[in-house]
Amino acid sequence: MQRRLGFILVMVLLLGLVVSPVYAAPKIGLIFAEGGLGDQSFNDAAYRGLMQAKEELGVEVTYVEPADIAEMEEHQRAYADLGLDLVIVIGFIHQSALVEVSSDYPNVHFAIVDDVVDNPNVTSLVFEEHEGSFLVGMLAGLMTETNTIGFVGGMEVPLIRKFEIGFIEGAKYANPDVEVLVNYAGAFDDPGRGRELAVSQNERGADIVYHAAGGTGSGVIDAAVANGFYAIGVDSDQDYMAPGTVLTSMVKRVDTAVFEVIKAVVDGTLEGGVWSFGIEDGGVGTSEFKYTKELIPQSVLDAIEDAKQKIISGEIVVSNPLQ
Amino acid sequence: MQNRIRAVRWQEMVTPLAAVILALAIGAGFILFVGENPLTAYKILFVESFGNLRNLATTLQRATPLMFTGLAVAFGYRAGLFNIGAEGQLYIGAFAAAWVGFTLTGAPRFIHLPLAIIAGMLGGALWGSIPGYLKAKLGVHEVINTIMLNFIALYLTDWLATGPFHGGSWVPETARIKPAAALTRLYPPTRLTTGVFLALLAAFVVYLVLWKTRQGYELRAVGLNPDAAEYGGINVARNTVLAMAISGALAGLAGTEQILGLHNRFIVRFSSDLGFMGIAVALLGKNHPFGVILAAVLFGALQTGSAAMDRLTSVPRELITIIQALIIFFVAAEYLIRRILRMKEGA
Repeated sequence: MQRRLGFILVMVLLLGLVVSPVYAAPKIGLIFAEGGLGDQSFNDAAYRGLMQAKEELGVEVTYVEPADIAEMEEHQRAYADLGLDLVIVIGFIHQSALVEVSSDYPNVHFAIVDDVVDNPNVTSLVFEEHEGSFLVGMLAGLMTETNTIGFVGGMEVPLIRKFEIGFIEGAKYANPDVEVLVNYAGAFDDPGRGRELAVSQNERGADIVYHAAGGTGSGVIDAAVANGFYAIGVDSDQDYMAPGTVLTSMVKRVDTAVFEVIKAVVDGTLEGGVWSFGIEDGGVGTSEFKYTKELIPQSVLDAIEDAKQKIISGEIVVSNPLQ
Repeated sequence: MQNRIRAVRWQEMVTPLAAVILALAIGAGFILFVGENPLTAYKILFVESFGNLRNLATTLQRATPLMFTGLAVAFGYRAGLFNIGAEGQLYIGAFAAAWVGFTLTGAPRFIHLPLAIIAGMLGGALWGSIPGYLKAKLGVHEVINTIMLNFIALYLTDWLATGPFHGGSWVPETARIKPAAALTRLYPPTRLTTGVFLALLAAFVVYLVLWKTRQGYELRAVGLNPDAAEYGGINVARNTVLAMAISGALAGLAGTEQILGLHNRFIVRFSSDLGFMGIAVALLGKNHPFGVILAAVLFGALQTGSAAMDRLTSVPRELITIIQALIIFFVAAEYLIRRILRMKEGA
């Protein structure tokens, strides 16, 4: 009797081992970019997507904030070893390490935001930032009273050039006489430098400054408040950071991208390749103008909406420095 | 007499050990405070840093640059100089090593690798000897100058790696070094390289130079009392420049090891304060080369373990930063420790 009981117990346990993985929630690991949580911009957007997936899809999540660039590879390998269903890495800073790690772990699926890794087990999540920047460029071109606007970039890398070029083309499309001042801060985590550059652009006549500079950009917004000019935010909706001063934000839905790739794991449809998020699917675009509706004439909003449709239909083609 | 010396040596180790234990004990309080079990957290910390060969290799990999920067600070200290500029010397050395690494083509490894290492040493030595010279000739305090030169080194290499030598990728970094200039990985997939042997060798050489040569005697004499050394016929100015140059060369090797071993290219601001951590390592290691090695391994283990703790538990990794700070605090407050241990001064 006892032996039989023991036998049944063992069988039940074995059955549990076999069956349980089928019912187990998918496990997702996410590795942030430098700067980590609390940047009110890029990483925080990724976190929102992860938490949304946890609540709505019931996946198990774990995440880590790397202390420095040397740690990226270590975390990627550690997560790959944990047997997770998907490892998401945030930012182009992960790219060179992921090329190697994804080749070493062909059975683990990875996703990277903002860059492309050409391996069958990697899903690359990229955005049409030049098109979104075109729209906020139009807004700046139409709203400027001095015919001078500014752009402050984080680091002068192709990804940020994409924001700059779209912004300039949009501004010139709406207002051929506009002059665009361009400066790069050299870092994504230096608000002091961002403030300095924005003030100097303002002194040279710019009355609207757009930043694509991560944490550095909070200095641009501070300067706009202090010196009384307009700023345009980036990545997350930053309009709330200085209501009435931040005209709009070029919102980049990193949260949507993260959520969608996790959803593909849950649905069992995940494949490698490049997923591009653009204007049409709401992956990039302007904010909702929550605090600036009264400031912006309806004719300006109409012109932007018109251009948006033309970009979707292909009538307007915005230059992409990466192609 | 021999016993007396042994007793003194043993006592040298008591303060650092007590500091580590006290810091871990206070850290346990913090862990309780965030609602986790300190024993579990410390177990993870230990297992993830020493628990198997792979984790041990990661710990040593993280410890290697700290060995070099710790030696750099300790060497300066022995000659009476407080080198806060290891960070800047590290960047200049790293860039010099990277430059040789990606510029030279077609050279075999036994030429290319040593050349890159020597370039890194020379870069650091040059950057270190500037404040040394300024102190020797003009009497400007090295603390001010080494701090200032840190900024110059940082912005100079920022510009070099994003301007004339940008490698064309999305990241602000140079081109990759040639495989012939790279240090060999010892235990893939961990990134521990032969650089760790270089660090151990450097520690041994520092020991020999300081305690077994005439030059080292002069350096230590200057460190203990420059006026007496001068009176005794030692050229203080020359020794000051030399000490800063050697200290800089050691810091330059830290950067070199990071480039040739870990990153294989110069990345803008790749060092997460390795140069400043060197001060803590030297302090904990009592400015002795062998103590520095042990202290560097401890800090490497804390970092490796904390990265894993961040992945596996809800204990924030900042906790480990607190523990590191506490260790430094207790070593610095040696008098307090002795009081706690009820030891008489010099007993």
